[in-house]
Amino acid sequence: MDMVLDLVARTGRATLSLVRSAGALALFALAGLSHILRPPFYGRVFVRTFLETGFFSLPVVALTALFSGGVIALQSYTGFAQYHAQSAIAGIVVLAVTRELGPVLAGLMVAGRVGAAMAAQIGTMRVTDQIDALSTLSTNPMKYLVAPRLLAGMIALPLLVLVADVLGVAGGFTVAVVKLGFSPTAYITATLNSVKVMDVTVGLVKAGLFGFLITLMGCYYGYNSKGGAEGVGSATTSAVVVASILLLAFDYLITDLFFSQ
Amino acid sequence: MDQSMTSAPPKIRIRDLHKSFGDKKVLDGISLDVPQGTSFVIIGGSGSGKSVLLRCILGLMTPDSGSIEIDGEDVLAASARRRDQLRSEIGMLFQNGALFDSLPVWENVTFGLLALNKLTRANARDKAGAILEQVGLAPSVGDLFPSELSGGMQKRVGLARAIAAQPNILFFDEPTTGLDPIMGAVIDGLIVDCVKKLGSTAIAITHDMASAQRIGDEAAMLYKGKLVWQGAAASLMDSGNDYVDQFTHGRRQGPITMELRR
Repeated sequence: MDMVLDLVARTGRATLSLVRSAGALALFALAGLSHILRPPFYGRVFVRTFLETGFFSLPVVALTALFSGGVIALQSYTGFAQYHAQSAIAGIVVLAVTRELGPVLAGLMVAGRVGAAMAAQIGTMRVTDQIDALSTLSTNPMKYLVAPRLLAGMIALPLLVLVADVLGVAGGFTVAVVKLGFSPTAYITATLNSVKVMDVTVGLVKAGLFGFLITLMGCYYGYNSKGGAEGVGSATTSAVVVASILLLAFDYLITDLFFSQ
Repeated sequence: MDQSMTSAPPKIRIRDLHKSFGDKKVLDGISLDVPQGTSFVIIGGSGSGKSVLLRCILGLMTPDSGSIEIDGEDVLAASARRRDQLRSEIGMLFQNGALFDSLPVWENVTFGLLALNKLTRANARDKAGAILEQVGLAPSVGDLFPSELSGGMQKRVGLARAIAAQPNILFFDEPTTGLDPIMGAVIDGLIVDCVKKLGSTAIAITHDMASAQRIGDEAAMLYKGKLVWQGAAASLMDSGNDYVDQFTHGRRQGPITMELRR
């Protein structure tokens, strides 16, 4: 009997703490978003974060996209050649890249690169009292630290994904033309015939949401970290892990919403 | 100063302040008056609730019950906007400086002034130099980053940042901790100068007796969330209070027991 009660109590406590953290996260997100719209605006922080998130992530995202596009071309060729359906490769590559791989891979890369750095930086500011110091210097930390980062993430990720889309297709194109003997013009024509504006648009919407999720997790876990170096370390881990999982879950939901019919 | 103590309300008035974290009572019914222009020192061991008290007055933490008044105005009942305003009139020197490590020293020093739009960025560099000179640093220090400074220099920059907006209340959280005795005395001297020059009301928390006597006009001792003694800072070493005597002389025996596991 005791064991059963204990189990119920544990489940209850876990559920309560889950609901509590979900609520805290939602309030944090709302506060961060509302500060984006209300002055004063911290342009310098925005520009710095935007460059860090967008510009300096370019090499990583570009390489990821290039290789992924190439690998899809290669894999689908081995599969489709059996049914003499090689001509579908261009379409497969462009749809896979614009709808899924572009946003998801860019998102995961940025979560590892930028989300982690944000959690570490804001977490260090928390444990060294720098966030409290902001409050004593007439500066709202949510406005100064969180709002510009959320905005930068939401704008930078779609731009990154646009680059990833082009390079992913370029990767597929290179493999198809150089290795598999496709005609360049035929490949490009097939690509342009398969892709619709909707595919790219939904991919970019996903990217915007992912950018928000990644920066939100970086800020949230950093902001609430405690307990010195170890606390900052675990905040960083949580930020990346939770952002990655949420990103994949939301990717599924959006795909289901737009492409499932 | 005498008439202000009788007629005008005290600069800071605290009544029956309580704050707990879980089961642990950190502040257990603190009442305190700090008259305008006084330098008030709060002594007490680690974990006695000193920092929490300062954080409550600053509005960085919300007490469970009790009241805090600044110039007769109830801080806890004030709107968020008003609290921000009140807070902008308080300068705080944090224990470890809490300098913004991503910004150069000059931006650290002028951060509050820039946030209040009392200064343009174009003039900020020069203004920072002038403030740095007040705490005995060369204006050229402004171009360094906090990580390039020694502990004593970081404290000075923290002090410069705290006084930059000429606040009428100043808080010092263990201003001499981590400094050698000479540098500690230098920082204390700077604090006394700054407080006098600005005519501010100051609260310092410390467990450094020499520092407490150098900075303070009045003093109080906090133990287990309660004020166990209050009096003139000059009388700290011969207060006749068992708690204060044990603390100031660093005796192991006395009313204060360290909760250590053997």
